[in-house]
Amino acid sequence: MTSLLDSIFSVEFLFAVLRVSTPLIFPALGVAITAMSGNINIGLEGIMLIAAFTGVIVSIYTESLMLALLAGVASGIFFGAALGYFHLKLKADIILAAVALNFLASGLTIFLLIVITGGRNTSALRSLTFPSFSIPLLRSIPILGPVLSGHNIMTYVAFLSVLVYYIVMFKTPLGLRIRAVGQNPDAARSVGIDVDRVKLYALMISGVFGALGGLYLSMGYVSWFSRDMVAGRGFIAVAAATMGSNLSLGTLLGSMLFGLVNTLTIYIASLDIPSDLVQSIPYLATVIVLAVYSARNFAPRKRRAAHRRRQRAQAHGKDT
Amino acid sequence: MGTILSIRDLWKIYPNGTIANQDVSVDIEQGSVHAIVGENGAGKTTLMKVVFGITQPKSGSISLRGKPFAPSQPSDAIQAGVGMVHQHLMLAPELTVAENIVLGVEPKNAGVFFDFDAAVRTARDISEQYQLSVPVDKRIDELPVGTRQRVEILKALYRNAELLILDEPTAVLTPQETDILFQTLDRLKEQGKTIVFISHKLKEVKRIADTVTIMRAAKVVETRAAEELTIEAIAERMVGHKIDLSRVPAPEQVGAARLSVRNLCMTRDDGVQAVKNVSFEVAGGEILGVAGVEGNGQTELVRALVGLLPVDSGEILVGSSDIASLSPKEIRHLGVSHIPEDRMEDGVAPLMSIQENIIVDRYDKPAFSTRLRIFWKKVLAHTVGLITDYRVRAGSPKHEISSLSGGNIQKCVVARELSADPDVVVASQPTRGVDIGSWEHLHSLIVEARDRGRAVFLVSADLDEILKLSTRIIVMYDGEIVARFDDASKVTATDLGPYMLGVKRQEADSAAVSA
Amino acid sequence: MQQFLLKHFEAIRTTIAILIGMLICILLIILVSSSPGDSISTFLFGPFSSQRTIASIFEIATPIIFTGVALSIAFQAEQFYIGAEGAFYITAAVGTAFAVSTSMPWFFHIPLILIVSGTFGGLWGLVPGYLKARFNTSEVVTALMLNFVALYAGLFLINNFFRDRAAGFMVSFRLPESAELPRLIDRTRIHWGVVLALLVALWAYYFLYHTRTGYEIRTVGHNQKFARFGGINVFKVIIIVHILTGAIAGMGGVVEIMGIHRRFNWQDLPGQGWDGVIVAIIGRNHPLYVVAAAVFLGYLRVGGQQLRLMSDVPFELVLVIQSAIILLITARAFLSQWESRMVIRQAGEEADA
Repeated sequence: MTSLLDSIFSVEFLFAVLRVSTPLIFPALGVAITAMSGNINIGLEGIMLIAAFTGVIVSIYTESLMLALLAGVASGIFFGAALGYFHLKLKADIILAAVALNFLASGLTIFLLIVITGGRNTSALRSLTFPSFSIPLLRSIPILGPVLSGHNIMTYVAFLSVLVYYIVMFKTPLGLRIRAVGQNPDAARSVGIDVDRVKLYALMISGVFGALGGLYLSMGYVSWFSRDMVAGRGFIAVAAATMGSNLSLGTLLGSMLFGLVNTLTIYIASLDIPSDLVQSIPYLATVIVLAVYSARNFAPRKRRAAHRRRQRAQAHGKDT
Repeated sequence: MGTILSIRDLWKIYPNGTIANQDVSVDIEQGSVHAIVGENGAGKTTLMKVVFGITQPKSGSISLRGKPFAPSQPSDAIQAGVGMVHQHLMLAPELTVAENIVLGVEPKNAGVFFDFDAAVRTARDISEQYQLSVPVDKRIDELPVGTRQRVEILKALYRNAELLILDEPTAVLTPQETDILFQTLDRLKEQGKTIVFISHKLKEVKRIADTVTIMRAAKVVETRAAEELTIEAIAERMVGHKIDLSRVPAPEQVGAARLSVRNLCMTRDDGVQAVKNVSFEVAGGEILGVAGVEGNGQTELVRALVGLLPVDSGEILVGSSDIASLSPKEIRHLGVSHIPEDRMEDGVAPLMSIQENIIVDRYDKPAFSTRLRIFWKKVLAHTVGLITDYRVRAGSPKHEISSLSGGNIQKCVVARELSADPDVVVASQPTRGVDIGSWEHLHSLIVEARDRGRAVFLVSADLDEILKLSTRIIVMYDGEIVARFDDASKVTATDLGPYMLGVKRQEADSAAVSA
Repeated sequence: MQQFLLKHFEAIRTTIAILIGMLICILLIILVSSSPGDSISTFLFGPFSSQRTIASIFEIATPIIFTGVALSIAFQAEQFYIGAEGAFYITAAVGTAFAVSTSMPWFFHIPLILIVSGTFGGLWGLVPGYLKARFNTSEVVTALMLNFVALYAGLFLINNFFRDRAAGFMVSFRLPESAELPRLIDRTRIHWGVVLALLVALWAYYFLYHTRTGYEIRTVGHNQKFARFGGINVFKVIIIVHILTGAIAGMGGVVEIMGIHRRFNWQDLPGQGWDGVIVAIIGRNHPLYVVAAAVFLGYLRVGGQQLRLMSDVPFELVLVIQSAIILLITARAFLSQWESRMVIRQAGEEADA
């Protein structure tokens, strides 16, 4: 047990938590912003996959990290917009449309990968990667330095994105409109805001966040693209954002909780603790949080009804 | 001062064929408070929706400050200086007052960022300028309704509204809040704003309006200065000089009370008292008509009678059983049928077949199913029978019910409810939006039910219907029964009008009731 | 003619969506293949080329019929319970655990496994169902979360208590013979599970369209307010729907183990739950059409496998078309203008007549 505690409080462990959390923070922000506009977006899984793929291919063909980044982000925006088109314009249910787009991403990436490379030996494709970055002053602080410094630049971008999310959501007119649309579309409509357009923008921004997450996966976390490499992170993001009530800090903490647990399972694999069970805890926690949250929202009305029933019962009691 | 808004020969016909505005012309003076009054469905809200760009007219013209004006969406109207405060407030609950006010035209910092401080300042300035005090940095969901409504008004003023439309603004307010609102409107008028005030509360109209336009059945009856009209005169014109239509003969004999409601009280979800200490009885073989402007508690009352809403206190007896806490199904089993006011919302599942719609209350009866299966052949035969008996014009019982016309859908609903062999029939707006042929036919069905000894509780905003069918009449206003007429044959529309509009009440009687 | 088109509008829409999907597919093959003619015929006709490929279609379709039928019950009640994936997986694990730890003659063992699994799957579905019915908690999110819980709980169960350490991989012990579903046709892997799947689909059809509860489910799905108005207990219906979906999807999982794998060998969510969403959409939530849709999906998949074996076109082409098809079918506005034009024209003609 002490060895476990030792390893958990080691620098390497904390460093790993940040690394594992990175590809969760990005999509969680994407889920959060669409949730703020009033939609559940389970399509981040596909958005990440497409961007991960686009980044790798473009980096190999252009040998430019910048172009890869731009192309990846563009693909994410495109996918977000496509989801918006099917949901807002063609009136598809957003859950089912997202399921379809996730399938599309899964198939299209491998299809194109094979077509482009002309063969099956795709793991030989080595992508450019985003560089790691050590922060000069921070580096020299004991403990904190080695934990916080030396990460892939995208990890810093992820934390920066939380700030960006906060600013967009709470410090820009667009954010205000997104929140207004999510809370009461009629209110937004009554002041001449185009509700569908605002929802579309939210989906496109969620495409940007998702794309950054996908790019980090294939061009930072590892340096290649592989089949379904997103591996459910787009769904975990839904949980993380939900736990954090779609607020910036909450979403960050939600993502890091999943990051922590995932890292933990790697560390305790050698020990006698069943890592599978530990891994399931944050999902169970999300269900419980959701249940408690909706029960609380539901309570006032119920309480009133119960109160009335009691009163009635008393009244009847007096009668007899 | 001059005319700010002029509406000429305006027609509005909804896609389902309802004529909402017929050849309407109104002029509104700059700097006045102009009330538009009329019963529900008279077309006043539709007219203002046209002015605000929510719907577009079929023909006719509008001019604003002398220039042609044809808004195709609310933002056009807002740009032109028209503001509207809707009956259902349109605010984002978790945003602050300031944020709600500036939404859509937000002040910016460095051209990019939302300047919250400036928003608060602006909101404060504007609220001081118009002396409408609101806590600008509080969230909407922390505020009472009256304050929220002030936020709505400020929203419009912030957008430089010169013409302010208020749709039934006092419906959600307490008397104190109403007073404050009226002071506000007086001040706004002094500052040169023009106010259009949609209402059917005539005391309020008299109190606030300079000019009154009376609408009835999609047409303008009259526009006059308010001081030239008494409340009674407005009420009479709103309701109309109805020709004394042929009333159905009174029932030959009335049986024992089948439905008794005693001291019923109900609260709406938003905390407003919807039904206040209401008591009445309906006997077998009679039709008790409930007259009243819509929104005075009838909807809630009806839903309580059929188990769709909980009650605060009081009893609802069907025969000898108190049904106030029973489920809709249990209440139906006790012999209560319900013709709902909104047939497309509650009365049918539009995309299911006619026969599937017919059996919603009886699919589990032994005649149509066992635990293991539904006998669709029997259902089909039953439906065909009802279609014939109730003269529904329909192709096949297997067609979607939404493929029928409104009148025929309603006949299906009535067929289902009356064929359930009920003791009590609760009918709410049974002929709304149907053609004249169906109107007559549905009436004869209701009378037939009465003659077979059913107790019929009829709620309608259509006075002709109430007068034609009722054995006795009660009038509801603001959740209370304000008048009772034990012999409906001696009652005219003119008698009912003042009670429906809250101008009169039978004090002695209602005191007797609450005792 | 017009009448006919209008009456079958939804069926026509689905057909057109499928045709467009196939057209996209052919275009893609032409784009990427060096011998497009051969590749197209491999894709279209390859699935019928041998007994083995034809059998594959039904092997693939079998579990998807279970999940598709399960989901169509949920969707008919307008419940977007997308947790078939998790129910499928965890019930397979629990069913396997039960099967390897009991022994009895097959005619007891197989039904008992199915009953235990169905019960467990039903309880699994009850969780999001109860939360939805009681508190209006979004079943989409809870089901999504429970999919992961299912994965880890299933892995925990199998890896810790039923792992066959003699095998080289992370797999469970082999099922006793009494728990195996026998092969239905020699030299194929088609097993009695396909019969069970068809029975379940037939039962679901009968249940939805010919019983009281089925009627209640469809009514709640069409218009919840109307259902409440008519006296239907909406709370009960939502609960029942979730239990049934969990139970049927779960049975699908255990049948797949009993019929094909014969030991639990999934280290990840296998995807049949999501495939069920696809076939429920294509089959427009009608259990019998869902069977056809599952066979169609099996056909596409086998076509894809043939492409992988015999041409230079990748298998994943299939995933691209199936998503294009369901996108078009779920897009309610797709072709709806055409429909409303026709309705208006017909109304006009009736008015003239």
